[in-house]
Amino acid sequence: MEKRSRFNTSLLPYLLVAPQLAITALFFLWPAGEALWQATQTQDAFGTSSEFVGLANFKQIFTDPLYLSSFNTTIIFCTLVTVSGLVISLLLAACADRVTRGAKTYQTLLIWPYAVAPAIAAVLWSFLFNPSIGLVTYALAKYGIVWNHALNGSQAMFLVVLASVWKQVSYNFLFFYAGLQAIPRSLIEAAAIDGAGPVRRFFGIALPLLSPTSFFLLTVNVVYAFFDTFPVIDAATGGGPAQSTKTLIYKIFAEGFQGLDIGSSGAQSVVLMVIVVALTIVQFRFIERRVQYS
Amino acid sequence: MSSRKLLVSSISLAAALAFGASQAQAATEIQFWHAMESALGERVNDIANDFNKSQSDYKIVPVFKGSYDQTLAAGIAAYRSGNAPAILQVYEVGTATMIQAKKAVIPVSDVFKQAGVPLDEKAFVPTISSYYSDSKTGHLISMPFNSSTPVLYYNKDAFKKAGIDPTHPPKTWGELEADSKKLKAAGMCGYSSGWQSWIQLENYSAWHGAAFASKNNGFDGTDAVLEFNKPLQVAHIQFLQNMAKDGTFTYVGRKDEAVSKFYSGDCGIVTNSSGSLANIKKYAKFSFGTGMMPYDESVKGAPQNAIIGGASLWVLSGKDAATYKGVAKFLAYLTSPAVAAKWHQDTGYLPVTTAAYELTQKQGFYDKNPGADTAIKQMLNKPPLPFTKGLRLGNMPQIRTIVDEELEQVWAQKKTPKEALDSAASRGDDLLRRFEKAGS
Amino acid sequence: MIENRRGFDLFCHAVLIVGVVLVVFPVYIAFCAATMSEAEVFNVPLSLVPSTHLFENVAHIWTHGSGSAASPFGRMLMNSLVMALVISIGKIVISMLSAYAIVFFRFPFKNLAFWLIFITLMLPVEVRIFPTVQVVSSMHMSNTYAGLTLPLIASATATFLFRQFFMTLPDELMEAARIDGAGALRFLWDVVLPLSKTNIAALFVITFIYGWNQYLWPILISSDQSMQTAVVGIKSMIASGDTATEWHLVMTATLLAMLPPLAVVLSMQRWFVRGLVDSEK
Repeated sequence: MEKRSRFNTSLLPYLLVAPQLAITALFFLWPAGEALWQATQTQDAFGTSSEFVGLANFKQIFTDPLYLSSFNTTIIFCTLVTVSGLVISLLLAACADRVTRGAKTYQTLLIWPYAVAPAIAAVLWSFLFNPSIGLVTYALAKYGIVWNHALNGSQAMFLVVLASVWKQVSYNFLFFYAGLQAIPRSLIEAAAIDGAGPVRRFFGIALPLLSPTSFFLLTVNVVYAFFDTFPVIDAATGGGPAQSTKTLIYKIFAEGFQGLDIGSSGAQSVVLMVIVVALTIVQFRFIERRVQYS
Repeated sequence: MSSRKLLVSSISLAAALAFGASQAQAATEIQFWHAMESALGERVNDIANDFNKSQSDYKIVPVFKGSYDQTLAAGIAAYRSGNAPAILQVYEVGTATMIQAKKAVIPVSDVFKQAGVPLDEKAFVPTISSYYSDSKTGHLISMPFNSSTPVLYYNKDAFKKAGIDPTHPPKTWGELEADSKKLKAAGMCGYSSGWQSWIQLENYSAWHGAAFASKNNGFDGTDAVLEFNKPLQVAHIQFLQNMAKDGTFTYVGRKDEAVSKFYSGDCGIVTNSSGSLANIKKYAKFSFGTGMMPYDESVKGAPQNAIIGGASLWVLSGKDAATYKGVAKFLAYLTSPAVAAKWHQDTGYLPVTTAAYELTQKQGFYDKNPGADTAIKQMLNKPPLPFTKGLRLGNMPQIRTIVDEELEQVWAQKKTPKEALDSAASRGDDLLRRFEKAGS
Repeated sequence: MIENRRGFDLFCHAVLIVGVVLVVFPVYIAFCAATMSEAEVFNVPLSLVPSTHLFENVAHIWTHGSGSAASPFGRMLMNSLVMALVISIGKIVISMLSAYAIVFFRFPFKNLAFWLIFITLMLPVEVRIFPTVQVVSSMHMSNTYAGLTLPLIASATATFLFRQFFMTLPDELMEAARIDGAGALRFLWDVVLPLSKTNIAALFVITFIYGWNQYLWPILISSDQSMQTAVVGIKSMIASGDTATEWHLVMTATLLAMLPPLAVVLSMQRWFVRGLVDSEK
């Protein structure tokens, strides 16, 4: 592992890491420290008076039923986005793997939503589902379904999940497809000779061999659903109606930006930090295990 | 003098003149951050340009910063890092927040006094200036700029079609319900409303002479508690919930969504900001009229007066005396009768001074534009009571969001009005206590 | 494939086609809307056939913007481009240098440096929003390109990517360089850099898209319209106030905003796919 030879020059390595460390210290570590400090203060909006209140902000958010329900909302949202994202892309990848003709075309056509910003995905789908002039709204009305995600919380959740998944399927598809393509043909042929049909082969061979990829994508999708979907919610529903699409990250933004309550926002940020640390540890432990797989 | 000394002194004299001259030409730049978008923003730019052209000492630089939320957040961020604008436009619900930041804000009356520019505080329409004045001294803290009240708009053509007299907008809530029923029978959406907290609770309370919160709606202290869950307001929300159940009241969103339902011909009656007049005129393809907010005749003393929405201009601290002199002069210019009247006529916002109102009347503007004076008439309906001068509550934007959320449950028939209003008041009180603590 | 099952094959093709349709449909509708005039776009239901106003709309939005984002969209596209390029090039350069130092050198505090960089993985912007804004503001970098880009340049993922790749380089390469008398920088430039081409290409695509699609950060940093980016501008075109959203213009803007990242992904598709998948191993 670490038996490689190295350069021994003294000043150069410091110069090489300096830019990254400087930016890290300035824009990551210092603000993170500030967030920790601000979480223990109550301040007026302009910061002209600041009072240390210990853990009061934390107590306040954990006894606020709405904060706790945003945990709920976040978990529901996360689960929906992750599960549907993975299942749909797996299905598409399996079919693309099976089909020999046109596989490349399908791949090209399916991966480009990766380039689309989550905010734009939200705008596109909001337009289709616009309560007054949306095309899909119109079609649904023909079946007697009234669509108004400004009023109906479940519909709002559906919309943001749809926009988020639409964008993420391409990323997942790429990995699943590559993973499937990497399975040695010999294994599959052996199973076929033994009489296993394509579905049996998929569940018996491909799926287990895909587990490292699946775990990897699972953590990536969870992180995506937690953080990168902020633009989707902001562009499509603004956290409404009521609290139905207010995820943890959205609450931090709303409280700090509109509510101008730095203390509460700070405390929520600290909680989120803890969650991210946990997620990162999980991600790294699984990646490490993956490396040992191959 | 030796020729050398002569040369040096001439050069220094010339330099001094040139430097002095360029100094005199460099006008003091004054940043004015606002949230007036598109057409409104262009009006602001026009006003600033006219002021800049009329003198050479000061240059007002208007900068559009986005929504009211974004503008306030930008102002705060700039203040925290030492480069705040001199003038910041803040929405009316941010008034308590601004007042709490005593070190960051200089009251407008002080700015005028220190700059030696006269300010006639009695020139302002009482119910407008009272919103932004110190409750104890009566002096202006911020400068009223763009204020509006809720106004009722109705579709005259739709009324005709539904068999209602098109010259009579509904005056009472009872009439409104009856008219909405007829509209619904004719196949249209009856009544809708925007800004439900502002119109159906805040203004409903004031229009019927009731308090929205204790301590005279928060003017007398940050230890106020919310009082909009009293029987009067609960009954009104119950009334609307019944209409929602009947299908005569349709809820379409927290902000201005109702307006597009109106000008598209969908809903026949809508209550929204007086500022929507411009858009309705632009997009409606039918004949429409305005009316005052409906009232409940069973309530004694109704109708009382309306309370404003909109924003005002605040002066932030940390600048030099020259800047503040320019600020005072600009604010004086803004509120001069001609400028204020033109702003009112172009935008649909209320005239902030009685002189501007009278000038507009004299110019025959209201004869040519019927309905444009409904808003101001509502403001001047009766002299305000101590608790109908406006609101001064901390965290008001979030309180409005809470009210929106609770009312949405009511329209969806998921909560009774009493449950919803009680819950909103209790959640709102938590926020008020938090605000109280932050300023202590 | 292995056996011939027509029915199953047809099913798979059907699934893929449905997938492609769902993926393409919103963009097709956006395209149709972008070609319509204001009256046409408010027609319910929207016509599925494109109209003829595309160039007018592009011209209008390029110079005038729309709604709350009433400043030239062309300027916003430029801001996005600058942001995406500076971030991707900056990230690649900085991460490569750091990874190079960490892998190929022995120096005191090396582990500390490594862990400090690692920590940033656990500190995405979202958990330190307002303090970071305050730091940038106090350095007077609000509403500047520096403020938009610098805080996003130090990425641990890119550093780790390079680190993992560098660790796969055989020792012999370095020995050979040493024997030739090449110093550290020489080795980097002549040997390591050319070998990293696929990784760099993949990383360029990923970071370009990351930079172009930034949303939360520009909202916080740029309050001036002229410094706003395309993606954020589009969201503010959707009216939350009195005026109706000019959907035909909004859709035109979305198309314009989707083009550059799309072009980058499609033109570098091969490297991108290979680099992305390989690098995660």
